Amino acid sequence: MFKTLFKNRGEWIAFLATIILLAVILPLVMPIFRLNLIGKYLTYGFVAVGLVLLWGRCGVLSLGQGVFFGLGGYCMAMFLKLEASDPESTAIQSTPGIPDFMDWNQLTELPAFWVPFKSFPFTVLAVIAVPTLVAFVIGWALFQRRVGGVYFAIITQAIALILSLGIDGNQGWTGGRNGITDLRTLLGWDIRSESAQYILYFVNLILLFGCVLVSKYVTNTRIGRVLVAIRDREDRVRFSGYNVAVMRAVTFAIAAMFAGIGGAMFVLQVGFMSPSLIGIVPSIEMVIFCAVGGRLSVIGAVFGAIIVNLGKTTFSEASPELWLYLMGGTFIAVVMFFPKGLAGLMEKLFSLKAVKAGFASLGSKMKGLVSKSDAKAEEETSSTTPLETPTTNSGK
Amino acid sequence: MNYRNSLYTNQTDTPLRRRHSSKWRAAIALLAATGLTLASSHANPPTSEVNTTGLAVTDTEVTVGQLHSATGTMAISETGSIQAEQLAIEQINAAGGVLGRQIKVIQEDGASDWPTFAEKAKKLLVNDKVAAVMGCWTSASRKAVLPVFEKENGMLYYPTFYEGLEQSKNVIYTGQEATQQIIAGLDWIAKEKDAKTFYLIGSDYIWPRTSNKIARKHIENVLGGKVVGEEYYALGHTQFGSLINKIKLKKPDVVYAIVVGGSNVSFYKQLKAAGVTAEKQTVLTISVTEDEVLGIGGENLVGFYSAMKYFQSLENPNNEAFVKAFKEKYGEDSVIGDVTQAAYLGPWLWKMAVEKAGSFDVDKVAEASPGIEFDQAPEGYVKIHPNHHLWSKLRIGQWQEDGQAKVLYESELIEPDPFPEGYQ
Repeated sequence: MFKTLFKNRGEWIAFLATIILLAVILPLVMPIFRLNLIGKYLTYGFVAVGLVLLWGRCGVLSLGQGVFFGLGGYCMAMFLKLEASDPESTAIQSTPGIPDFMDWNQLTELPAFWVPFKSFPFTVLAVIAVPTLVAFVIGWALFQRRVGGVYFAIITQAIALILSLGIDGNQGWTGGRNGITDLRTLLGWDIRSESAQYILYFVNLILLFGCVLVSKYVTNTRIGRVLVAIRDREDRVRFSGYNVAVMRAVTFAIAAMFAGIGGAMFVLQVGFMSPSLIGIVPSIEMVIFCAVGGRLSVIGAVFGAIIVNLGKTTFSEASPELWLYLMGGTFIAVVMFFPKGLAGLMEKLFSLKAVKAGFASLGSKMKGLVSKSDAKAEEETSSTTPLETPTTNSGK
Repeated sequence: MNYRNSLYTNQTDTPLRRRHSSKWRAAIALLAATGLTLASSHANPPTSEVNTTGLAVTDTEVTVGQLHSATGTMAISETGSIQAEQLAIEQINAAGGVLGRQIKVIQEDGASDWPTFAEKAKKLLVNDKVAAVMGCWTSASRKAVLPVFEKENGMLYYPTFYEGLEQSKNVIYTGQEATQQIIAGLDWIAKEKDAKTFYLIGSDYIWPRTSNKIARKHIENVLGGKVVGEEYYALGHTQFGSLINKIKLKKPDVVYAIVVGGSNVSFYKQLKAAGVTAEKQTVLTISVTEDEVLGIGGENLVGFYSAMKYFQSLENPNNEAFVKAFKEKYGEDSVIGDVTQAAYLGPWLWKMAVEKAGSFDVDKVAEASPGIEFDQAPEGYVKIHPNHHLWSKLRIGQWQEDGQAKVLYESELIEPDPFPEGYQ
């Protein structure tokens, strides 16, 4: 089991170091306000981890992960909103007991699809099941017809647009552009208090590392190797008797499930959900987190999400007028100088250090590792950038 | 606090003096300095008295936050508010500050993104302990920060005209709520143009929908008119061809338009291109201010009406001074729209409330706010209602070629009523 999860000592050390940093050091040194922000960034980490599996391993670029983040988030937000809209606290409305935005839109009773969200177990199930099923159905339908590469990316983007417009346009049911706001308690427990924010931060962390382990497991077993094979030579895998469409759809569904959990945790920690988290721009941003972190490394993806968002917060606090340019510059620099993202950079740094220290054997081992992965990266950049479908010269 | 501070400064001061003069003179200097600080601290109430809740207030300074979108799609609208608030703060500082303290501003960028607004609001209140925040523009951003302000007990001055249906101890709404902008305008146009049929259009979100709901009730129940069409378009929608054809077909007496942002530009350009000009069709809007005209182009709007509480062309001494100061600071080409003026009121109303309360504490400021009158406002006299909205007038302006409005009508002061009965 352990060997399946961590291929070498480097991976194990990186994993452990990440846990220590996020679960021990940050909670000790950061005030709760900042820690809560890190918790928010980590919810995007769920999406990035899913993308490593989907894009990095399976070669399917989705520009619509915001959809699944949103579905998970809205499921949770609907539950919390119903809890916040008890007849007493909504007494001034013309119809007490329904969410405030429904009252503003002259709805007089709860729409049917809201009713099950009064139950917490149902909500938890929905947070996981709704994004997963939606992704599986979309993925299966598209991959079955061999829609892939750039076309798949465009379709996912269109879905993100459709969903955010749909939410905007049905404000009586969804809260529209304002989203679902003013969420206060979870089963009577005030999620805005400091203690709750600490607890939610750790719950978030445990779930995130759960997802990291799942995706490491998938990557390092035979399934993972088949996924890489699908990425690199799809039709050879098909000729070998694998159902490529189902494998891809399942990967897409797993990535969506991660995103959905992230969305639900986002709602719990931030206290609202809005369509601005679903549309095209946030979906593309999520791909950027993954790219910055390194799309082959799950730990890298977690750091990608933290670092990009931390950069956003820091730059925008330091210079409200210029921060977008600083962010843009950083992205360009990352893509130009570290095409494998932060994870690639770390690998290089560690190998250099080891050599300098004179650990010859270790050095050569690591070197071997680096050159192997470099070769992989080269092969990738030369033959299959993920936006191209490598089908043409497969007969060789 | 104050006393200890003055001792401290004098102690660092005296050794320097001693080098050049006798102990006596040093002693006199020290006495004089202490006397001076004591005297000035009489004028400024001590910090321990005016700040019992740990806000960022010192003997000489008070920190306030500014939270608008400096970047993203809303930046074009919110820049005017940022500028007006900074102008007001500069003027207040030049006139001696608030309770003798200079205002220091921490500006944060909401980046047209609602979660960011919530994050920054929390940062300003929890981290920076600002005494008040001037900020937000869209309803969505206000809804995102409202729970933060209520939980952390902050004070928000919100400048935009909006849909109403809200009232909070922690917010002062310096723009109009929906009824203040709609009812008097419809009354005027019904009387002036003898209008009976109305076509309502809007962008698809809460403000236009709620506003049109109020408009429809007023048209049907009070004016005895008829709504011949009501349509909504997604934000950012730019193709209004079919709508314009319907308008041409139904020939309503009035097109009542609440289209916002980029859609505004397309809508009015396409109207003109289709030959629907002011001679043939009356258009009344509550979503076009001088700022929007800059984007749409005055030539595309000539003769159409806007219902606002403020136009840059208002003729009164307050406004002339305001426009002059604004242009001096931000350039001769800058324009001032309704929201920009409302944003300018924020810092002034906060200063008056703080001075009335004799304290920066949010609870006391909120309590002191109702009843505050400000007759230096560019729009004329305003007064804070117990529901934290402003009494204000409504004006009808007719757009001219040069992008300025000719003010045709001015109502009496209208009472704010965020939860209007019979209109819900």
